[in-house]
Amino acid sequence: MLENLDPTLLARIQFAFTISFHILFPAFTIGLASWLAVLEWRWLKTGKQVYADVYRMWVKIFAVTFGMGVVSGVVMSFQFGTNWSRFADAGGSVLGPLLGYEVLTAFFLEASFLGVMLFGWNRVSPKMHFAATVIVAVGTLISAFWILSANSWMQTPQGFRVGADGLLYPTGWLLVIFNPSFPFRFVHMITAAYLTTAFTVAGIGAFYLWRQRHIAHARVMFGMAMIMAVFVAPLQLVLGDLHGLNTFKHQPAKVAAMEGLWETRQGAPLVLFGWPDQQEEMTKYALEIPKMSSLILTHDLDGEVKGLKEWPADERPPAAWVFWAFRIMVGLGMLMIATGVIAIVLYFRKRLFDTRWFQYSCMALTPAGFVAVLAGWFVTEVGRQPWIVQGLMRTQDATSPVIGTSIAISLAAFIIVYVFVFGAGSYYILRLIGKGPEDAQAAYGDHGVEKPPIVTELTGKKGEQHA
Amino acid sequence: MLNFESFVDLPLIWYGLIATAVFLYILLDGFDLGVGILFPFAPTDQCRDRMMNSIAPFWDGNETWLVLGGGGLFAAFPLAYAIIMPALYIPVIIMLLGLIFRGVAFEFRFKAAGKSRRIWDDAFHFGSLVAAFMQGVIIGAIVQGIKVEGRSYAGGAFDWLDAYSVMTGVAVVFGYALLGGTWLVMKTDGETRDWAKKCASYVIGYVAVFLAIVSISMPIMNADIRNLWFSMPNFFFLLPIPVASLVMLIIIWRDLHAGREYRPFLLSFGVFLTGYLGIAISMWPYIVPFEITFRQAAAAPESQSLLLVGTIIMLPVVLAYVGFCYYLFRGKASHESLY
Repeated sequence: MLENLDPTLLARIQFAFTISFHILFPAFTIGLASWLAVLEWRWLKTGKQVYADVYRMWVKIFAVTFGMGVVSGVVMSFQFGTNWSRFADAGGSVLGPLLGYEVLTAFFLEASFLGVMLFGWNRVSPKMHFAATVIVAVGTLISAFWILSANSWMQTPQGFRVGADGLLYPTGWLLVIFNPSFPFRFVHMITAAYLTTAFTVAGIGAFYLWRQRHIAHARVMFGMAMIMAVFVAPLQLVLGDLHGLNTFKHQPAKVAAMEGLWETRQGAPLVLFGWPDQQEEMTKYALEIPKMSSLILTHDLDGEVKGLKEWPADERPPAAWVFWAFRIMVGLGMLMIATGVIAIVLYFRKRLFDTRWFQYSCMALTPAGFVAVLAGWFVTEVGRQPWIVQGLMRTQDATSPVIGTSIAISLAAFIIVYVFVFGAGSYYILRLIGKGPEDAQAAYGDHGVEKPPIVTELTGKKGEQHA
Repeated sequence: MLNFESFVDLPLIWYGLIATAVFLYILLDGFDLGVGILFPFAPTDQCRDRMMNSIAPFWDGNETWLVLGGGGLFAAFPLAYAIIMPALYIPVIIMLLGLIFRGVAFEFRFKAAGKSRRIWDDAFHFGSLVAAFMQGVIIGAIVQGIKVEGRSYAGGAFDWLDAYSVMTGVAVVFGYALLGGTWLVMKTDGETRDWAKKCASYVIGYVAVFLAIVSISMPIMNADIRNLWFSMPNFFFLLPIPVASLVMLIIIWRDLHAGREYRPFLLSFGVFLTGYLGIAISMWPYIVPFEITFRQAAAAPESQSLLLVGTIIMLPVVLAYVGFCYYLFRGKASHESLY
């Protein structure tokens, strides 16, 4: 039975599974690292204990998430070879250095200073500790820079030539690194990571407010998260739109799939919902707004938008996946923007921290960022199919000479291990959330460790103020 | 376009750099995997806490050398990466799964109480054991040669598995146990250190035996290797390698009994260096033995040049702050929760 499985499909499923699992952790830690840096800065600046407490609670969650990100990330560095060796061979000279730079400039930085951030309380000064937090945060951004550059190059390749041997050779590094879709994808992803963190923190802050626990800490979490929702969620709409226009220019087939459009036409409608049918080459049950697609994409009511039929059937992405993933992402984005708007209204009515229904709504949106990030990646990755490198190399020509059985078994192993390990990780994170910020200090006491000097120092300062 | 091809021998430099990265990985993750291998044999839970704490700030950085080795191979020798990974598909994936279990155990163990802590104790031990064993299997498979046609792996799914690769797998487990044991002698005190001493001196005998088996078997299995080592005057130039290895093992054994705490660990590095050099010299100039040389597998000179600039700038910086971390967390580890 296993012999009949298509190795390309299996390799794709395996890669989709391992990368989807992996991206959840960076999506969270990129935002969390930056937020922790802000918290520690606020604490150093104001001396308010509440910031230190919130930092201590979230740095533990950060550590668990980061650990899971590292181990699932090590897997990724091998998947290029285990699953896509012909791509690794052909594209290695162009993409390899970008990944090499990621390790050299980001991974070591993160790994080393994470140790200081987690275990260095007693060994370095508060300022040095803050520096370590900032360095880790910067490291996550550098890492995102390189990996998104590499991914963007696969979407919009340039700065290379195809050699006589069929391999790709670089001709201009700045062209490779700063390929046309990279700036848009980078900014869009970083913003997405910030929003993911913000909505997770908002949900947990809302939970404490709703349960009336850790009120002071919850206000810091919820308040800071709402600032992000107010300012960054609408910004993301603009950035996403710019990214979409960039895709329209360079990967029009992907946009056609996102919009569910099959015919090339002037004044193309915006299909709100429907079911794109690959066989019948049409979007069934479509609910449309006339001319809106043309307006959004070309800024002209009668602008031309290419439909999927423009490309031969074997060069079209599977439209239903792209279409629906795109709607999930945009829908969640809209909910995030709405949250920001409601937050402003409640703030001016002085009801931001005690409106019950808004707390429920924020709790419900806790995983929104994660889902939106995954949906967004499905849009861009599935939308690039059938290419692994747009227009250059097909995914089916990129596979490794590994039999389907091996891939199927290892896929099953990955699923079992990931569900178990990352399920346990989620459980421990939930327990940390259950404990909350104040008990975090008691936990130090339980293990018989002397109070970290940073806290003692601060209590001292407070005492002076009282005196 | 940036290209140092006419000034320096890029493939050779990169061969050296990748070999160094892999070696640093073996040394550094070797000692923390070794701690995982010895983990369940420790006398008390308090010892286990200490063992864990002694490596908690370092394991993540140590594992990054693996990513550098893998990523660097992809970047500098994509053809070798594209052949070796499919050839070793199963052992590589099992190794990665092992690394997942032992990696998350650091975080989870201190958060779990009672029975569930046991799960993560086991995850840490078996994860380390499996990862170490598979790394040894991978070495054993590579030194026996990999079947290649054109630019692709041409062997079966289980070509890597035979008695020899199982033997090298066990050898690496004992080797890492030596690194882990001597690390613990250096980084812990009291009961844990005394126990680690016993472990290390017990393991030394096995390490010596396995080194001898590998040293004797490789020239027997392969005529080229035999000619390399046993032709004159090579024999005399290369003789110091096995001799140094033997001498260092003896000194470690004596140091452990004399109560020295730092030198055994450093000399274990030396033993690994001689073993690694021995294998590296035997493989020369192949990067996919015995089919593809490192020159054939090299990436475009422009790619190797760009990466070289980054490496020359970044590697000293990386080494500096890695060193800073080891300095910061110097001294003996305690058993209290760090998390």
